[in-house]
Amino acid sequence: MLRLNKLHKIFNYGKVNENHVLKDINLHVPKGDFITIIGSNGAGKSTLLNLVAGVFFPEAGTVEINGEEVTAWPVYKRAPLVGRVFQDPLQGTAAEMTIEENLSLAVKRGQTRGLKLGLNKERRTEFRRLLALLELGLENRLECPVKLLSGGQRQALTLLMATIGDPQLLLLDEYTAALDPKTAKQIIAITDRIVTQHHLTVLMVTHDLKQALAMGNRTIMMDRGEIILDLKGKEREQITVNDLLAKFAARSGRELTDDRILLNR
Amino acid sequence: MWLNILQGTIEQGLAFSLLALGVYLPFRILDFPDLTVEGSFPLGASVTAVLIINGVNPFLATLLAFFAGMLAGMLTGIINTKLKITGLLAGILTMTSLYSINLRIMGRSNIPLLRETTILTVIKSWGLPERYVSLIVFTLLVLVVKFLLDYFLATEIGMALRATGDSPIMIQSLGGNTDHLKILGLGLANGLVAFSGALTCQYQGFTDVGMGIGMIVIGLASVIIGEVVIRTSKIIFATLGVVIGSIIYRLAIAIALQLGFAPTDLKIVTALLVILALGAPTLRNFMIQDEFAERLMERSVPDAQIK
Ligand SMILES: Nc1ncnc2c1ncn2[C@@H]1O[C@H](COP(=O)(O)OP(=O)(O)O)[C@@H](O)[C@H]1O
Ligand SMILES: [Mg+2]
Repeated sequence: MLRLNKLHKIFNYGKVNENHVLKDINLHVPKGDFITIIGSNGAGKSTLLNLVAGVFFPEAGTVEINGEEVTAWPVYKRAPLVGRVFQDPLQGTAAEMTIEENLSLAVKRGQTRGLKLGLNKERRTEFRRLLALLELGLENRLECPVKLLSGGQRQALTLLMATIGDPQLLLLDEYTAALDPKTAKQIIAITDRIVTQHHLTVLMVTHDLKQALAMGNRTIMMDRGEIILDLKGKEREQITVNDLLAKFAARSGRELTDDRILLNR
Repeated sequence: MWLNILQGTIEQGLAFSLLALGVYLPFRILDFPDLTVEGSFPLGASVTAVLIINGVNPFLATLLAFFAGMLAGMLTGIINTKLKITGLLAGILTMTSLYSINLRIMGRSNIPLLRETTILTVIKSWGLPERYVSLIVFTLLVLVVKFLLDYFLATEIGMALRATGDSPIMIQSLGGNTDHLKILGLGLANGLVAFSGALTCQYQGFTDVGMGIGMIVIGLASVIIGEVVIRTSKIIFATLGVVIGSIIYRLAIAIALQLGFAPTDLKIVTALLVILALGAPTLRNFMIQDEFAERLMERSVPDAQIK
């Protein structure tokens, strides 16, 4: 499904502030895998997701999605394959536009947009049905501008939009970090439901170690631009947050540092 | 007498409301401060004037003016998106080039159209009452343009255009090519501006190469007045507000003239109006802070009252 070969990302190449952020990343993600990604601050987790989405291009190496090499494709061209939810709830939706207008943008994911009206009766009915699945009451507020929604509601809407139009791969970058714990929990539950229903392949960055082990079927740990641990199967089932911390210290030679990391062992 | 002035003022407001819509689109929908307007307005007028004095059908001339303006706007978009030059500078570059281009098109700095065939003289010959021709034609044209624009902004492309200004990262992640959308939006906006220039020159009976100066501020003033009159997040009311804002702006200018302002001072009056309107929220904050500080000084408000 997703294959990263010998991927390097270097910011400000050849300048004094050159920063080699990803170093020879090799990763193969079979269809249906749900990978949680953890690591210290600045390890390159977001950069990795941005390379998969096409926000940045690598200095070396290739990105393959569904057997197709997409290394040089910009974000909009990868959109039919990739859905994204951002850390900042404000980024995933257009604030001045209504809920139904936002959804209608998602319906045309990766397709040519024409001079047909973006909204019609069938679409509205469909949107109401989809929104009802979120169980947030948004199905009755189709014409409400998105700027009036709470962070959690906006993130739920973004999640819905990110999975409309049949993308294969879902990228989640600390997308519950800005939410209060209760809302975060709700969003996680919705994610689980949608991912199972659409058989999505997922890359999810999180700073919640417990969540990293609880969700998905595979966990990778990053440090200073490298993948230092790739956990799956039996080994992953038995591991605890404490083991994870010990492993990090052993592999990287230091403690896992990130003031936002949640240890709740 | 003043009824005549009123009618003339409304006619001007209508002709300029297309310009105001062409300013509204980049500024409010695309979040792109586009200065191309200062060049595309006289571009529309010069193209129309030259075609008309060479015997081209005035309707065709007006349509071609629209397309010329569209090209100018697209040029600004291309300079901005493909060459990564900031939007403000991209607009200034196109506007500056257009000054030379407009002079080339006209061959001189002023073309009178007084005895030429314009869309207004043609429609008058269809039997409309002479006194009301401009009013009727402009009203109909503005309504048609407004509704077409409303419709366009509700289509799939139009919505992607709105999202480009609102949340570019989001629309890209949904497959929208924001570069192309921006180029399209700027093209459309400047097409409207040139259309406005085309109508204005036929209405006033001449084209002057300097007629674009200050147009951006006039457009902005109209947009802002419209927003004060109609507060809304719905496009159809917002565009209506822009049209009404343009008419109110013309009325304000007419009143200023009646009060004895020199016509040459109107541009600074307009600029001050825009500064006041855009700066009002900040000024109000200062005033509230000052007032509160004074209250603290005078009465030494007990802590519990400070929220
Ligand atoms: N657009 C950018 N330009 C320059 N440096 C960047 C950019 N984005 C990220 N970086 C740098 O790359 C490194 C990794 O960042 P990031 O991938 O955001 O880390 P993480 O998400 O793991 O915390 C950091 O040192 C950061 O400063
Ligand atoms: Mg990050």
